[in-house]
Amino acid sequence: MRRLLSLSFAFFFVALPALALQPPSPPDGFVPASSLPGQEQLPAAPLVIVAYAVVWLLVLGYLWSIWSRLSRAERELADVSRRLTTGQRR
Amino acid sequence: MIPERIPSFVQTVWLVTRKDLLIEFRSREVVYTTLFFAVACVLVFAFGFVREGIAVDDAAAGILWIAIAFSGTLALGRTFERERQNDTLRALMLAPMDRPALYVGKLVGVLVLLAAVEVIVTPLVALMFGAPLFAHPLLIGLLLAAGTVGFAAVGTLFAAMLVRARSRDVLLPILLYPITIPVIIAGVRCTAALLQPQGDLPIARMWLSMLVFFDIVFVTLALWTFEPAMTE
Amino acid sequence: MKKVFVPLLIVTAGLFAYAPFAIQNAPYESTMGLVQKIFYFHVPSWIAMFFAAMVCGISGAFVIFAGRQDADRVAQAAAELAVVFGLMGLLTGPLWGRKAWGVWWQWDARLTSALVMWLVFVAYLLLRKYGGAGSEKLSAVLALFGMANVPFVYWSVNVWRTVHPKTSVVMTLQPSMGIPFLLCSLAFVGLFAVLLAARVRLENVRASVDELYLALEE
Repeated sequence: MRRLLSLSFAFFFVALPALALQPPSPPDGFVPASSLPGQEQLPAAPLVIVAYAVVWLLVLGYLWSIWSRLSRAERELADVSRRLTTGQRR
Repeated sequence: MIPERIPSFVQTVWLVTRKDLLIEFRSREVVYTTLFFAVACVLVFAFGFVREGIAVDDAAAGILWIAIAFSGTLALGRTFERERQNDTLRALMLAPMDRPALYVGKLVGVLVLLAAVEVIVTPLVALMFGAPLFAHPLLIGLLLAAGTVGFAAVGTLFAAMLVRARSRDVLLPILLYPITIPVIIAGVRCTAALLQPQGDLPIARMWLSMLVFFDIVFVTLALWTFEPAMTE
Repeated sequence: MKKVFVPLLIVTAGLFAYAPFAIQNAPYESTMGLVQKIFYFHVPSWIAMFFAAMVCGISGAFVIFAGRQDADRVAQAAAELAVVFGLMGLLTGPLWGRKAWGVWWQWDARLTSALVMWLVFVAYLLLRKYGGAGSEKLSAVLALFGMANVPFVYWSVNVWRTVHPKTSVVMTLQPSMGIPFLLCSLAFVGLFAVLLAARVRLENVRASVDELYLALEE
């Protein structure tokens, strides 16, 4: 019974996102950006640069966040284990 | 009145529901406050969405379901706050009863409460916004039932689990609303379809079937996870 | 896990270092031009986010049904990563969409269900931070329900949207861009694995600290 439940759960979690990710049928009414009037056309380069900057900032920011939290936790670990060993020695 | 043997599933559900309804009936605190809140909600939205005396299109449908969602959250919070005050939920968990039956009992109690609120709020919305909500009474009744079951099923589980958490008042909506978005979408679109001049019945039926399917899936999930999640 | 970590880190770093060149050399897409190059980071972000969501959901199931504490640490790490990668996707998408579609946001099924999924994981993190002790199981239930919710949200938004006129198009992938895309996807999935390992390590260290505090009190 448990195995059945766990199998069905595994299937559940793989199938559901897979089903959800089916691409939608292409809709009509697409106007290529190049045929929009002049004032509607945006320069692409700033958008691309900002997008890449966002990704790099997020990745590096998160890495930094993990690193600082980890060093704080490891410092605390060393501190507590030191207190424990001095306490035991008494 | 001590039962001589462990009650059956249905008996347990009835015992739990009856206890909740009796307590509520004596003070009527939750039903009155929730009802007033729902009415106030509708009023506030009226000021937001009525321009020159005429409601924006589809406003009635949206307002009805938002009022149900907000007052439902309030009712869930208040119902379980009562359980928390005397730690009665733990007592219920200790009793030799079927845990899923406990969940269903609480769910039915919440449903009765919300039904009482909807019975007043739905005609109120129909009146204030000039929306012919009762043109298809059976469908609107089924819709309200299915939507409320979906919302309350997820809400009862989350509220029960939050009983011992900190910041539980604000956490309940934070957890509940993203999960019940399909209920709101389906409820509003189906109501809007029923409010069309002739009533767009095929579309309404489609949304209703999605809602029923949602209810089945999430009540099942809740029944599966209630016991392992509530026990430590 | 430890033996795989350093090679994985090196491969991922390599992929990320090579990626800008691969992307630059990829052909321009005919209708969207330069701005389409956001796609090489945008879609892999969402792929990584879905991986994170699945890991969170599956570990959540282990937390609820098997009561495993280590699964809870993995679930928490995965939820945080889901929020980070989702944020990447949510920020890069509108930047692309503003140029390609003319609007910052569109209530289409994929965008909306991705947003809702992201919100579920933000709610997960809020719950873990402010819910106090004992939120492990509730957050696992939330992750489970969030995952089960995805098809419903997708379907309902899809139908909800068809009532309104469509003003957008979704690009279909051209084969000549497949290789850079694959490289970037692998890079992101590798990044996800590396970050997950690092984050789980943080949780493990915290758990050891808690244990030692308990031992200290005895």
